[in-house]
Amino acid sequence: MALAELKLAATQTRLTGMVMPEGLNDQRVDAMNRVITMGLPHKRDEYWKYTDPATLTQSTPQTAALFHNDEGALFADIDRVKIVFVDGVFDADASDDLTCEGVEIGRLADVDGGWAADIYGTLEINGQLHVHRPLAALNTAFATDGVVIRATAKAVKPINIIYLHSDEASDVMLHNLVRVEEGAEVTLLETGPAAARFNKVLEVDVAKTGAFHHVRAQGRDHERRAITHCFARIADESLFKSFTLTANGVLTRNECIIDMVGDDAVAHVAGACVGDGADFHHDDTVFITHDGLNGESRQVFKKVLRNGATGVFQGKILVKAGAQKTDGYQISQSLLLDDDSQFLAKPELEIYADDVACSHGSTSGAIDDDALFYLQSRGVPRKAATDLLTLAFLAEALDEIADDALADDLRDRLESWLGRRG
Amino acid sequence: MLEIKGLEVKLEEEDKQILKGVDLKIGAGEVHAIMGPNGSGKSTTSYVLSGKDGYEVTGGSATLDGVDLLDMEPEERAAAGLFLAFQYPVEIPGVGNMTFLRTAVNAQRKARGEEELSAGDFLKEVREKAKALKIDADMLKRPVNVGFSGGEKKRNEILQMAMLEPKMCVLDETDSGLDVDAMKLVAEGVNALRSEGRSFLVITHYQRLLDHIKPDVVHIMANGRIVKSGGPELALEVENNGYADILAEVA
Repeated sequence: MALAELKLAATQTRLTGMVMPEGLNDQRVDAMNRVITMGLPHKRDEYWKYTDPATLTQSTPQTAALFHNDEGALFADIDRVKIVFVDGVFDADASDDLTCEGVEIGRLADVDGGWAADIYGTLEINGQLHVHRPLAALNTAFATDGVVIRATAKAVKPINIIYLHSDEASDVMLHNLVRVEEGAEVTLLETGPAAARFNKVLEVDVAKTGAFHHVRAQGRDHERRAITHCFARIADESLFKSFTLTANGVLTRNECIIDMVGDDAVAHVAGACVGDGADFHHDDTVFITHDGLNGESRQVFKKVLRNGATGVFQGKILVKAGAQKTDGYQISQSLLLDDDSQFLAKPELEIYADDVACSHGSTSGAIDDDALFYLQSRGVPRKAATDLLTLAFLAEALDEIADDALADDLRDRLESWLGRRG
Repeated sequence: MLEIKGLEVKLEEEDKQILKGVDLKIGAGEVHAIMGPNGSGKSTTSYVLSGKDGYEVTGGSATLDGVDLLDMEPEERAAAGLFLAFQYPVEIPGVGNMTFLRTAVNAQRKARGEEELSAGDFLKEVREKAKALKIDADMLKRPVNVGFSGGEKKRNEILQMAMLEPKMCVLDETDSGLDVDAMKLVAEGVNALRSEGRSFLVITHYQRLLDHIKPDVVHIMANGRIVKSGGPELALEVENNGYADILAEVA
């Protein structure tokens, strides 16, 4: 069967029996039509060449055993607004009051008109311009809930969406919206596994001189699967920073699509990933469009892979004709701790302006023997020295987190994960 | 302190014998120097003592206070009190110099069954010792050796030595790449560490370093063996006449 027919059939099968939630009806129907037009992704699609989407598109998710640990919650010592979802269902008892000075916080399920309705799905549509992202449209059509945040000033504390996983067969779609008004600033933390299969979309609209910080740590449930999209539109002199830490999960694909529409805007996207085992597959797919003057973008992705783990990076910088003085940087690197692990990288630059500086690089390597010996010769045992060098490898990505307390928390967590391994 | 007997070593990858029976005995508190032409086996001796991969010991022994060094992992040798100041200190991006020092100090203390140094005590000690070596706060904060000049790297080696307080220090061409002032500073750092219980093996090409770090014994190494040993005057003889006379004499 031709690919188009194959996809149409699969898409129809998938949509059969899916129930569209109440509210935002027009946006949802439009989104479903986008899904039907595009068709759900297939491994023969170029954009899915390195990651097989079958388990993300099939009607019933694979189950994922629950991961129990005694580590305690991330960011526990940081004063933050906690919003808890258990298998995608809002848990009011476990959540804080949805109030915080400088921001308005609500739930997607309660949206009835207003800015949130205006924005819902629009940034996702923008993100479909160059590449089809049907799983994001599917999310817009069927997401059951999410958090909507509007920053009107500098938020006094970060907002932490905590995604708990309690059902081995849960299949969850959440959709979060963020609007950062002129001169406002907010930090969004996202932590936890969420579900056996998690499809999440985050749309972020940053007005001029606004700042958005995003720090995420995906849960460690080994068998979980996730497809996430972040669509951002950033205006003049605005700042967008996103960092993701991933450890475990058999399949994770994080797409980040940023439209730098204003002048003098800054966008940094970074990821640190630690993967272990032949069934570990982690994919970072990034698409940054420079459409303003003097834009600065950075993509910094680091993956530590062992025991047959697979890492994927697809990163693109598109510089439009008017986007002079663009400064684009992209680096993707893997630390392969054995011969069985693999890293697949597809860096892309597409530049239509003639006065820009764009650089990109991608490397794969092992632990540096000379550095290892140097540390050992100073008395550091081989295992500890390897861990230290592994953390050092990830440091450049972690350095992208602006808030030291958040970064230290993640660093400590990583250190303890590495330390526990024999 | 350090006793090397009939040490024979070849490169693992090539079938090439580098050391062909090295004998060397350094007593507690003594400073010995090894000089010798390029390729004589000086650096190999330092690497084999500290446990670098890539060398195969085919004969002989090396002991530190009677304990067999060659059987230990590099970190165990360090904990036993051996220290190698590298000819080419390694750059480690992403690891702060301070973190590195503290990890090393505490790893050794732990290996010896001692209590780890508290953050406060450690900081105090580092600052004091760094100051004497003119190492500023910025150098302590930066990643290990990254962007350091040749002189800064060597001073950083001496700082590590000062913090780790080894009993047997091997200095592999510590003077290479140093200007006169930097060499003096490094030598002062070494001299400050000289004590009854601490011995030094200084590997160098040039007599000049030995003006600053006065050796008790000078050895000449050639073709994988120590061919002549003597007092400090031997270094002067090398400086004035080169190795040809000495090598002809022992041939």
